Amino acid sequence: MGRRKKMVERVKTLMKNPENVRNIGIVAHIDHGKTTLSDNLLAGAGMISNELAGKQLFMDSDEEEQERGITIDSSNVSMVHEYDDNEYLINLIDTPGHVDFGGDVTRAMRAVDGAVVVIDAVEGTMPQTETVLRQALKEHVKPVLFINKVDRLINELQVDSQEMQIRLGKLIDHVNKLIKGMNEEKYKAGWKVDASEGTVAFGSALYNWAISVPMMKKTQISFNDVYEYCKQEDMKTLAEKCPLHEAVNDMVIYFLPSPIDAQEGRVNTIWHGDVSTEIGHAMMKADASAPIAFMVTDISMDPHAGEVATGRLFSGTLSRGMEVSVSGTAQKNRIQQVGVFMGPERIEVENIPAGNIAAVTGLKDAVVGSTVTTMEGMTPFESIRHASEPVVTVAVEAKHMRDLPKLVEVLRQVSKEDPTLKITLDEETGEHLMAGMGELHLEVIAHRIRRDKGVEISTTPPIVVYRETIQGTAGPVEGKSPNRHNRFYIEVEPLDKEIVAAIKEGEISMDMPELERREKLMEKGMSKEEAKGITEIHESNIFIDVTKGIQHLNETMELILEGFEEVMKGGPLSREPCMGVKVRLVDAKLHEDAIHRGPAQVIPASRQAIQAAMLMANDTLMEPYQKLFIQVPQEQMGGATKEIQGRRGIILDMVSEGDMTTISSKVPVAEMFGFAGDIRSATEGRSMWSTEFLGFEPLPASLINEIVSSIRERKGLKKDLPQPSDFISA
Amino acid sequence: MYKLDSKALIAIGMNSSAMLTFVGLGLFDEKDISVKGLEAIKNADEVYAEFYTSKLVGSTIDKMEELYGKPVNLLTREDVEINPKWIERGKNKNIVFLTGGDTMVSTTHIDLRLRAIDMNIPTKLIHASSIVSAVCGLSGLQNYRFGKSTTIPYPYLSSRGNKIVSHTPHETICSNLKMGLHTLVFLDIDMEKGYMTINEALKILLEIDLIKDRNQISDSLVLGIARAGSDNPTIKCDYLKSLLDADFGEPLHILVVPANLHFIETESLIKLANAPQSLMDLVND
Ligand SMILES: Nc1nc2c(ncn2[C@@H]2O[C@H](COP(=O)(O)OP(=O)(O)O)[C@@H](O)[C@H]2O)c(=O)[nH]1
Ligand SMILES: [Mg+2]
Repeated sequence: MGRRKKMVERVKTLMKNPENVRNIGIVAHIDHGKTTLSDNLLAGAGMISNELAGKQLFMDSDEEEQERGITIDSSNVSMVHEYDDNEYLINLIDTPGHVDFGGDVTRAMRAVDGAVVVIDAVEGTMPQTETVLRQALKEHVKPVLFINKVDRLINELQVDSQEMQIRLGKLIDHVNKLIKGMNEEKYKAGWKVDASEGTVAFGSALYNWAISVPMMKKTQISFNDVYEYCKQEDMKTLAEKCPLHEAVNDMVIYFLPSPIDAQEGRVNTIWHGDVSTEIGHAMMKADASAPIAFMVTDISMDPHAGEVATGRLFSGTLSRGMEVSVSGTAQKNRIQQVGVFMGPERIEVENIPAGNIAAVTGLKDAVVGSTVTTMEGMTPFESIRHASEPVVTVAVEAKHMRDLPKLVEVLRQVSKEDPTLKITLDEETGEHLMAGMGELHLEVIAHRIRRDKGVEISTTPPIVVYRETIQGTAGPVEGKSPNRHNRFYIEVEPLDKEIVAAIKEGEISMDMPELERREKLMEKGMSKEEAKGITEIHESNIFIDVTKGIQHLNETMELILEGFEEVMKGGPLSREPCMGVKVRLVDAKLHEDAIHRGPAQVIPASRQAIQAAMLMANDTLMEPYQKLFIQVPQEQMGGATKEIQGRRGIILDMVSEGDMTTISSKVPVAEMFGFAGDIRSATEGRSMWSTEFLGFEPLPASLINEIVSSIRERKGLKKDLPQPSDFISA
Repeated sequence: MYKLDSKALIAIGMNSSAMLTFVGLGLFDEKDISVKGLEAIKNADEVYAEFYTSKLVGSTIDKMEELYGKPVNLLTREDVEINPKWIERGKNKNIVFLTGGDTMVSTTHIDLRLRAIDMNIPTKLIHASSIVSAVCGLSGLQNYRFGKSTTIPYPYLSSRGNKIVSHTPHETICSNLKMGLHTLVFLDIDMEKGYMTINEALKILLEIDLIKDRNQISDSLVLGIARAGSDNPTIKCDYLKSLLDADFGEPLHILVVPANLHFIETESLIKLANAPQSLMDLVND
């Protein structure tokens, strides 16, 4: 107990001194050893016992995670490490590697300043290594490299000492090529990894040893020594001489920035407010005496404390009882507990200064991505961009009617915890729909609802979420209000691809200052008249008002936009969400008296005109695609390619190394259900595969009628394809 | 209109019972209808009514049916505005359409008549008293001194989370005031939120006035009238702020914002609507 108390005191002292804090993430392709590494770092720092590490996979705190052996949630832990006679507090976030959970990686990156990129020495970089590296660079998070499973090179592949070094060298070169390709500016500014400098460590997370050039100098152990210890199967001694946690944590402390150093560069990337303001300054300096600027990156349920919001405190000092505002809501929230992590535990403290990762309760209005502040009118942080969009849906039902209210509450909760999850209520069928990034993602959530939240549910088989978009132009189409006293004239056309991309990247949004947005749009080729008229952006669709001087249009616009939003959430063809649609309001005739142009009049008029116009503009469906990578031995190649081709997939590339071939392909999500089992039998279990979200591509013309009809039938719409005349009278 | 009707009659040939008659029911209860209106109902094959634009608050459907001796089909907003299929029954039946107040005063009704004409159904109007004239009667304000009328809708919270308060009523009142014209202000009747009261309306106007920061009507004289046409109407005239919490009793309520007053109007407001005696001083100046 005394030891624990002492540790609490050390953590409390260190967090007050941001120079001695490092906030880092560990990122990797699945199975490359993140969890093993984090566990053994914790054990090495004395935060958990050695027996616990290794056996229990501490970071995989979820029973589900331990069962499946994959990390699902990011977990937050911290440890204390001594370097050069100084103590440091390392806050560590372990992130999931499976692409279905990509949202968590993006969120975790927001909270940290540096990342340890873990790569399996045998497998080398994999598609998700690239994805997570790209995300790190995008969030201005500095990488160092840990090449893991070096023991496998020696003991499994039986390479000699020389070849081992050549292989490792090649791996490092490859990582640098990736960094350069993704962000040349940062590469040149010294963000490349370099073994001789010390930003690369090699080792074995499992057997608890690691080495780096600085470590070699410190311990006098050479590459050849490492090779010999492994060869003689005496990694125990090696672990004593070159402990994993020492090599890795030394590297982290020396090469990754403290919050003070990091925030100066990061604030620009994650916040688009004016840096010359008080709050801008405070964040650049991680000023603890300034107003609060806290970004929520994770929400989880604690059985005792309730909802715990974890995130990064960029400025100010959080303390109990503080009143704060949460972006996007009007009421204030009162902070109840503030806590930091000590090992895997959350311990309560009086207050937490800027630069730390904090876990607080009482923020009932916060969701992942919220900005929490004590400053009136603070520009919120850039919203967190997710690499993928929800593309698969299941309907969820409570097994017992009496559980229905509980289910509603639980669904609200899980969607708060995981913003990549979209929960909607189908008004017609009364079904709750849960949309996520893949089959596995939804399976895991469903499992969690049953187990953690104790609600017995059944789910339907997964279905694909398509997107509607238009291929041509139409209009002006006249939309009349039911009372026929108001008319709206609507034109639609496909939104320029470059602008769609910029919206998805967050480069163009309604949150940014109008002038800046106008300039960005004109840069991308939009006319000044249109750029000025942008009234709303919904997903990747925009509404433009090009009318001039129409009386009362101002107070009617919100209703017109309600109609617009309804259609963008569910298009006329199949009620699937829309993408890339540009809607222009070119004229309007309004009744003089406000009572005759209320919601019941204007919303349907606007909605129906847009629906009809989209149908006239050749409305069609886009389907989601995944990139699929399969690593397979030569003999099983045939089986693998057959699986791809049988699923309307297209092979993009094949690269052979030794007797293994990596096939890159793209496959529609609709054809991917059940793939895990099929590929296993097609290749006798000898293949490894991973997927990544690619985007939406047009549905082949031959499938449109069939798919639209089946969607419509499922949604209880009339089965025949809709016509413009269904929405407007001639 | 007359001509069109007879032409339409010829077009449908022998069927002389085909007819859509619009009947105003008057202000307050079932007994406000005219003798002609009652006869039209008695002769009708089918009776339709809509009470969402205005309502006879002193009556009920049961009482009406008892008086008419036949059932009344109550129409929803959708039946009137979106899908008025029932009009077609007028092609070979004699149907009547009942509304509170005078017929055709509510903006939506002309649309029904136009649709009927397009279907070659003869139409006819039977008038009744309207709140528009009752307001003048009860207050002594002169009909020719009114400008555009306006309606205050309940503020609306959009599905996107934004609250909309229409500024149009305020604008209409101000532009009338500038021209020295009174404004008749109708108050929202909403299925869910109910009948807007004079107090609610004044609060909305005051709020807009403050937002606009021009204090154009905060100190104006206003006139509230409740239950026009009943035996115990309430009629009160005072400065806006004094009437904010005044009790007008049961619905329906209506509001007037008077402009400059003619001295007879001033005297009437003092005697009929309990307006402040001090108004007289303005006249004497
Ligand atoms: N041989 C060897 N196996 C390792 C090493 N590190 C991890 N592993 C194994 O690789 C598998 C995946 O490790 P895990 O930490 O769960 O990977 P994660 O998916 O990145 O979290 C487990 O079976 C580990 O025991 C290592 O250094 N050497
Ligand atoms: Mg893991």
